[in-house]
Amino acid sequence: MKKLLSIFAVVAFAFSANAGTLDDVKNRGFLKCGVTTGLAGFAAPDDSGEWAGLDADMCRAVAVAVFGDRSKVEFITTTGKSRFPTLASGEVDMLARNTTWTISRDVNLGFEFVGVNFYDGQGFMVPSALGVSSATELDGATVCIQTGTTTELNLADFFRLNGISYEALPIETNDEGKENLFAGRCDVYTTDASGLSSTRAAASNPDKWVVLPEIISKEPLGPLVRHGDHQWGDVVRWSLNAMIIAEELGITSENVDAQTSSNVPEVLRLLGVEGNYGEMLELSNDWAYQIIKQIGNYSESYEANVGPDTPLEIARGLNALWTQGGILYAPPFR
Amino acid sequence: MNEMNEVRKPPVATTGIIGWLRINLFFNWTNSLITLFVVYCLYQFIPWILDWTIFSADFKYNYLGEQITNQEMCSRNLDPENGGACWAVIYVRFYQFIYGFYPKVEVWRVNLAYVMLAFALLPLLYVKLPYRKYFLYFTYIFPVIAYFLLNGGLGFTEVSTNKWGGLLVTLVLGCTGIALAFPIGIMLALGRRSKLPVISMMCTLFIEFIRGVPLITLLFFGMVMLPLFLPEGIDMDGLVRVLVAVTFFQSAYMAEVIRGGLQAIPPGQYEAAKSLGMSYWRMNLLIILPQAIRISIPPIVNTSIGLFKDTTLVIIVGILDLLGIGRGTLADTNWLGLSYEIYFFVSLVFFIFTFGMSRYSLYLEKKLKTGINMGAD
Repeated sequence: MKKLLSIFAVVAFAFSANAGTLDDVKNRGFLKCGVTTGLAGFAAPDDSGEWAGLDADMCRAVAVAVFGDRSKVEFITTTGKSRFPTLASGEVDMLARNTTWTISRDVNLGFEFVGVNFYDGQGFMVPSALGVSSATELDGATVCIQTGTTTELNLADFFRLNGISYEALPIETNDEGKENLFAGRCDVYTTDASGLSSTRAAASNPDKWVVLPEIISKEPLGPLVRHGDHQWGDVVRWSLNAMIIAEELGITSENVDAQTSSNVPEVLRLLGVEGNYGEMLELSNDWAYQIIKQIGNYSESYEANVGPDTPLEIARGLNALWTQGGILYAPPFR
Repeated sequence: MNEMNEVRKPPVATTGIIGWLRINLFFNWTNSLITLFVVYCLYQFIPWILDWTIFSADFKYNYLGEQITNQEMCSRNLDPENGGACWAVIYVRFYQFIYGFYPKVEVWRVNLAYVMLAFALLPLLYVKLPYRKYFLYFTYIFPVIAYFLLNGGLGFTEVSTNKWGGLLVTLVLGCTGIALAFPIGIMLALGRRSKLPVISMMCTLFIEFIRGVPLITLLFFGMVMLPLFLPEGIDMDGLVRVLVAVTFFQSAYMAEVIRGGLQAIPPGQYEAAKSLGMSYWRMNLLIILPQAIRISIPPIVNTSIGLFKDTTLVIIVGILDLLGIGRGTLADTNWLGLSYEIYFFVSLVFFIFTFGMSRYSLYLEKKLKTGINMGAD
């Protein structure tokens, strides 16, 4: 399947790489952005049918950068299987679909990951009544695990390394894992930590469940575009970076207007008061100003969608700025 | 002699409610045991389900009288001991369940299409309808009207299919699939039985290929690989691609169902038709197909119901049908954990449609007396 996919990716690449995506998007008048069919905190339709979430904000940020209007985006829903062909065939301009950045996807499938908008990792959730405080105490546990995923392999590696045994209860979907765990048919549920948080939030009594501190895999999730169109890749990359840099510089959607008269040179460069960085990207000079004004900085998007004040209650952790104990880091804006 | 004329009443135990109960529910001891067991189960189950779905349920307000806007406000989450289903999620999301993301200002077009669909189906379902002929004309042009109404054009603003969703997608897929598959299926069935080897081989190949792969594979083929084969610039709509896949799939099954009906027609019918000098098409149209389709009604409805439910598979190619909207709702942090309510509602809607189809087929079978056809009686 992967081989086949890469062949088609190459064919599609040959067809679609000649025209600039940025020009296509500008001519079309709106951005086509691939998102999930629904993942709590990342992309899901709200009550009025608007897509909301961390990934949805990523799409909107790019739309704002190009058009200065957060509504100029069409969300195309994709599943785990259909996402790559959809991008390869040019049906979407970019994917922001909690996709893990791996070498084979980046190189072999012919895509380009432009950054990371969420550092995730595989974790464990257990009932608090089990009295377990670390995953290394899980010897002999029954583990609910989605079959055919990388989580399955990570789990086997982790238990082997620690010299403990487990019994796998194979499941197909997140819902199934949830039901099995809540019904006590397995002691542990393992999947990405963000998925565990949403599972926990869906429980009738969230306090009865704990997410263990161990994170056993690297799952950097980020937006991606097709290989070969570097100009478009730059637009998406710097739309994400602009949000991160805005947080570093303390610019929020509320104070962005006041910040245009700041005396910090990098703030002025970011907001387009000085320099012609917008022009370099073939965007308007206030593109980053508009992103911050209409979407907010990274922190605002994080807090609104997945942060501690939302039902998901995901602490910043790795996703905090590098200055605050995390690994979120954007190249300088100059 | 007078006593002879006196009409004797039947024994009490064989008439009225008591008689019915005796014959149907308490005929012998095993029968009685089963009856008692079933009654006990219903006694346990029905009050509970009624309580959960209706009496203790929240519809729009929780027990404090507040309007529910997220799952934390549901009575059962405020007080786990109390409260049943939290239907507020359906209430709040009703628009999405029925129309998907169709723009609100244009939604009258969908409503009009729904009403027109009912009128288009009427002459097909009810033969004694007055002025049926004129209604039928409407049925023929309905697909064209519906296309422009829903999709746009002819002065209507265009609404891309990406914005369609919920019941709208389910009905579009189900109705189009069933309606198109029927004529195609008939042609394939006739083709497969044809004496011309090329036609028969092509039809057999088509049917066997399509039947040999799961619907998911066809959906993937339509969604993922088709655009790669099309020349650049030709942009086939995602929903259309799925429709093509669904129609192909259903046609293959329909063809086999109708072929089954064709095989049940005795050779004498063919010979009689031919001896009257009828052409191949006249013979099939007037003699063979009416009989073959009549005896195929139960399996035709069976595959149609199957297809209607299979439309939920389109979620894997990223189209949000009724079930997809339900799942999307579950992914909204405001409504996490209300899976029972949402799946219950979705199954109820599907049940209404499939049960309707099944009852209609029973009515049709009764009317056409299919059971006693072909000398089976």
